Amino acid sequence: MTEQEAQETVRAAIGEIAPDVDPTDLTEGARLREDLELDSLDFLRVLETIAARTAVDIPEDAYAEVATVGGLTGYLTARG
Amino acid sequence: MSVRPADLRPCAAVGLRRSDEPVTVDAGSATRWPVITKAPSRMAVRPNLTDYEATCASFTWDAARAALDGLPDGGLNIAHEAVDRHASGPRRDAEALRFVRADGSTRSLSYADLAEASSRFAAVLQGLGVGRGERVFSLLGRCPELFTGVLGTFKNGSVFCPLFSAFGPEPVSQRLRLGRGRVLLTTRALYRRKVAPVRDDLPDLAHVLLVDADGSPEPGTLDLAELLQRSVPSREIAATRPEDPALLHFTSGTTGTPKGAVHVHDAVVAHYATGLYALDLHPGDVYWCTADPGWVTGMSYGVIAPLVHGVTALVDEAEMDADRWYRLLAEHRVTVWYTAPTALRMLMRAGTERARAHDLSALRFVASVGEPLNPEVVVWGQEAWGLPVHDNWWQTETGGIMIANLVATEIRPGSMGRPLPGVEVGLVARDADGAPVIQDGVAVLVTDPDVEGELALRPGWPSMFRGHLDEEERYRRCFAGGWYLTGDLARRDADGYYWFVGRGDDVIKSSGHLIGPFEVESCLMEHPAVAEAGVIGVPDAVAGQVVKAFVLLRPGHVPSEELRLSILALARKRLGAAVAPREIAFAESLPKTKSGKILRRLLRARELGLPEGDLSTLEAGR
Repeated sequence: MTEQEAQETVRAAIGEIAPDVDPTDLTEGARLREDLELDSLDFLRVLETIAARTAVDIPEDAYAEVATVGGLTGYLTARG
Repeated sequence: MSVRPADLRPCAAVGLRRSDEPVTVDAGSATRWPVITKAPSRMAVRPNLTDYEATCASFTWDAARAALDGLPDGGLNIAHEAVDRHASGPRRDAEALRFVRADGSTRSLSYADLAEASSRFAAVLQGLGVGRGERVFSLLGRCPELFTGVLGTFKNGSVFCPLFSAFGPEPVSQRLRLGRGRVLLTTRALYRRKVAPVRDDLPDLAHVLLVDADGSPEPGTLDLAELLQRSVPSREIAATRPEDPALLHFTSGTTGTPKGAVHVHDAVVAHYATGLYALDLHPGDVYWCTADPGWVTGMSYGVIAPLVHGVTALVDEAEMDADRWYRLLAEHRVTVWYTAPTALRMLMRAGTERARAHDLSALRFVASVGEPLNPEVVVWGQEAWGLPVHDNWWQTETGGIMIANLVATEIRPGSMGRPLPGVEVGLVARDADGAPVIQDGVAVLVTDPDVEGELALRPGWPSMFRGHLDEEERYRRCFAGGWYLTGDLARRDADGYYWFVGRGDDVIKSSGHLIGPFEVESCLMEHPAVAEAGVIGVPDAVAGQVVKAFVLLRPGHVPSEELRLSILALARKRLGAAVAPREIAFAESLPKTKSGKILRRLLRARELGLPEGDLSTLEAGR
C-alpha cells in the first residue's frame, strides 16, 4: 500500500468510528487515545475497520507502534 | 451501501464482531464450569477472612468502626482515617501513593506528604470561602492533585464529586449544574473544551482551579499551584459527624436526569471492612485498582480503602495497554489487583503468552467488578498468571462491595459470590410487570434456590447512599418493603452463591459504567434530522454491552452513511465516547406503548432475536 493509500485508510476508519474528530487534527503526531480522545473500544474498532478493508491485522504487540496517526499510517504502508 | 429502512437492521455496520457473535456474559449457567477450590492453609499470606460462616455470624459494623480512630466527641472524617492517623504514626514515611507517568517514571507521596498536601488544599478551599457541605468537583485524569483534592475537600468538610474526564461537555455541565458545583478542579485543556463554552450556564460555579496553569491561568480560572503555595496548612480537620455528606456520585437511571447519590463519612467503615475481607488487604501490600476515580470504584477502592489500610496504592496515569499493565504488575511487585471485566477481556484477547512473559509472582489476589465476569475469564486467570479472578458485585448506591468471591473460599466461575459479613441480601419476587411484590408493607422474598428475583439489600450498612441530591421522592422509590432494591435481577443457588441474570430496567451497562438510555436519546433528538430515538444495550465481546441507537428521521430526511456519521458525531461531541452510541441504525418506526413510551424491551428483543413477550400494551400498528 502506498503511503497515501494508508493515510486515506486511516482517515476513513477514524472518520467512521469517531466522526466527531476534526480532520485537521489528524496530524502525523496526533495520539489516537490522548489527543483524539478515542477510548479503548474506539481504538479496537478502528483497527477492526482497517483489518476488514486492508486484510492487515494489527497484533497487540504493535499497539504502541500504531498509537499515533503517523505510526498507524507507517505500519500500513510497510505491511499493507 | 445497502439501506434497508424497512426493518430495524443497521444500515451500516460499525463493528465487525457485534451482535452476531455469541453473548459472552453467560450468567446463570451455574453448573457448566467446575468449582475452583482453595487451600487457605497453604497460602503464603493468611487470608483476613478464613471462616466465612463464623465471621458473618459474629460481625457487627460497630466492631468494624472500632478499628478506626474517629474524631473527638464521636466525629468521623474519611481524611483522618485515610491519611492523618497514618501520618502521625509509624506509617508516616510509608509510601501512600505511587504515580506512574506515561513514560514509566514514578513519583511517590508518603502518608506525611499526603497529609500536608491535602491540608494545604483544605486551606485553599477555606481561603476561597468554600464551606461545609458545598460541592467540589473534579474533571481530571489520575494525577496527584486529584487525590489531594479529594482528601483536602473532606478535611474542609465539603463534598467531593468526581467526574470522568472522558465525559463530553453535556454530561459535565449537566452534573455540575445538578450538583451546584462551587469549585471545579481541572486542567486547562479540559476546561477549554468542556467547561468554558458553558460557564455562563453554571452560576454556582464560583472557582475553577487549574492544576496546570503554570503561572498563567485562563480567564475566569485560578492557578492551583500558586494558591497551594500561598496557603497555610492547618492540622485541624473539620469536625464532621458520621452522617455528614462526603461524596456525591452521579449515576444514570432509565428516565430523567442523572441522579446524584450522596454518601457520608461513615462510609469509610465499609471501605475499611470490605478492603479487609473482599480485597484481603494486608500491611505492606502494593495494591492497584485500575478504575478511574471519576467512577465510584476508583473513589471507594482507588483512593479511600487502600489509604485507610495504610498500604501503597499504585496509580497509572496512562491509558490501558496490555504490555504496559503486565510491566506495571511485574516491576512494581503488585500484590493485590482490582480491575474490570472489559480490561480483563482485552488482556485475554492479547493472549496468555504476554502474561507469562512477565514475573507476576508477587501477585496474590485478583478481583474484578463492573459487570458480571464471564467464567472463561475467571478460569483464564489461572492459566495466565496462576490465579483465578474473583468477581464481586456492588453499585454506586451501595458505596462499597456487597457480594464477593473471597480469597479463602471456593469460586463458582460466573457467580458474583456470597454476601460480605454485615450485608444482608434478599431476592424480592416480581410481578408480571416487573414490580416488586409487597404484602402488608413487607417484601415477598424468593426463597427457593435458582429462582429469579430482584437483588435487594437490607438498609444499615455504612456506605449506603443517604439520598439522591434534591430528589427525595426518587430516593424513596428505591426502597420497598424494608429493602433497598438494586434494579439487578439475580438467582441464588442452594449454597448461597448469587448469579447475575440481568438488569430489571433499561439501563445499559457498558465497560462497567451505567448509561441511561434517556440521556442518550435526548441528545440524539437534538440533531435536526432526528424525530425520535430509542437506545438499547447490545452484547459486545469486550465491553459486555455497547450502546446502540435506533433513530427515526424527520420527514424530508433519508438514511445515508453521511447522515449516520453526522448524528454519531453530534452524540460523541456532546456526550463523550464513554456514553455516546457505538452503533446507530435507521428505523422506520419505533415500538411504543399506547401512552407513547418507547418500548426498549421490544427493540432489544427484536435486535437480539429474543421472544417479544407480552405485546398487549403495544401501540396499534407497530
